[in-house]
Amino acid sequence: MIKYSLITLLFSLLLGVYTPGMAADVPSDEDTSGPFIPKAQRRFSEEQGCVEPTAEMRANHMEYILDQRDATVHEGIRTRQYSLQECINCHVSDAEDAPRVDSEKHFCNSCHTYTAVSIDCFQCHADRPVKSSFDSLSNSSKHRINSAALPPTTLDSEQLKVLSNEDFGNE
Amino acid sequence: MSEESNIDIYRRRFMGGTATAAAGLAIAPGVMLTEVARARPADQAVTSDVRWGMLIDTNKCNEGCNDCVTACNEEHNLEGFGRPATDAQWIRKVTLKDKQTGNVQTLPMLCQHCEHPPCVDVCPTGASFKREDGIVLVDKHICIGCRYCMMACPYKARSFIHEQLQDQRPYSPRGKGTVESCTFCVHRVDEDILPACVVACTEENHNAMTFGDMNDPDSKISQQLKQHSSRQVRADLELNTGVRYRGI
Repeated sequence: MIKYSLITLLFSLLLGVYTPGMAADVPSDEDTSGPFIPKAQRRFSEEQGCVEPTAEMRANHMEYILDQRDATVHEGIRTRQYSLQECINCHVSDAEDAPRVDSEKHFCNSCHTYTAVSIDCFQCHADRPVKSSFDSLSNSSKHRINSAALPPTTLDSEQLKVLSNEDFGNE
Repeated sequence: MSEESNIDIYRRRFMGGTATAAAGLAIAPGVMLTEVARARPADQAVTSDVRWGMLIDTNKCNEGCNDCVTACNEEHNLEGFGRPATDAQWIRKVTLKDKQTGNVQTLPMLCQHCEHPPCVDVCPTGASFKREDGIVLVDKHICIGCRYCMMACPYKARSFIHEQLQDQRPYSPRGKGTVESCTFCVHRVDEDILPACVVACTEENHNAMTFGDMNDPDSKISQQLKQHSSRQVRADLELNTGVRYRGI
């Protein structure tokens, strides 16, 4: 008898039996077996969507964030590739009604609810991209500490292109 | 060993950058103005070659002016809960009155970013730490909220967060159960931008606050410290503070 009920249970799981109420939460995607993961806002490069291959990120994203966290807090290293802030900037919409972290539609929480792993990052960190006056400051030359303007450390090809376009192209 | 070679790389890049920039100036002088000048590349760790400091001229600090405090609250979203005794406060105005003469002075009091910070000495977890460039911070990932540092700080510069917070600034994570204090706007300093309070004071033309590298003899703050006499608050504690005051 127990064997029989186990088999039916397994069978019903294989068939993917779910109630209509559950189905309403899951968007009509062909794959309903996993959590609904919102799409990222942009791609990291032409070859890959995220900063590392997706499988690697799924398994080890916390390691990358943890390493970056210590480098940023203690050493002031503020590269963007593995920064939590950039994760949020790309994976969460900047719309007014973008899901907050307590929603299952929030990128981080969608998987973390599914796997029943609670995270406390967002008790302190912003859970969505927030525009602030600081963003405009970092792109302007106003209020610099070194007002004598230390020379840029590199003059890369893109800047050179701007140089030549602006100053010689229009003449 | 690796630290040494990092410095070498940084120096080499800096020197290289100087040469290229000179060439750039020769080609197109206008472009350099829009160029974002960086003192330190984002992927390089801070070093003790720099020591950030602040000089506050109390003669220029007006009684009743609260611009630096407002700017700080706005920058870090330090909202109050209507409980002044426990609400977070990174910078506050202090009024000094000479009882004999009746002379009244005001000055902003903030984390003094000591060279020998008592808050770091007493921290049981290592959450309270001093960065290589002299900025004293709390690593809130490690902070357990014991508040020893608040007791140890002679300047009453630290706050404990009692409430659940929301909508923190992305560059300034803050949360319940941890201690926090002025960070010298470390997110700005790392991008070569002046702290919010200094910007506010300057923009309102009070010019009471100067921020810069105290290790660099050519920086504005070093020049001013050399020219004028200044004091450390509670200099007797020999903490060698990073915040100095003129006129007290």
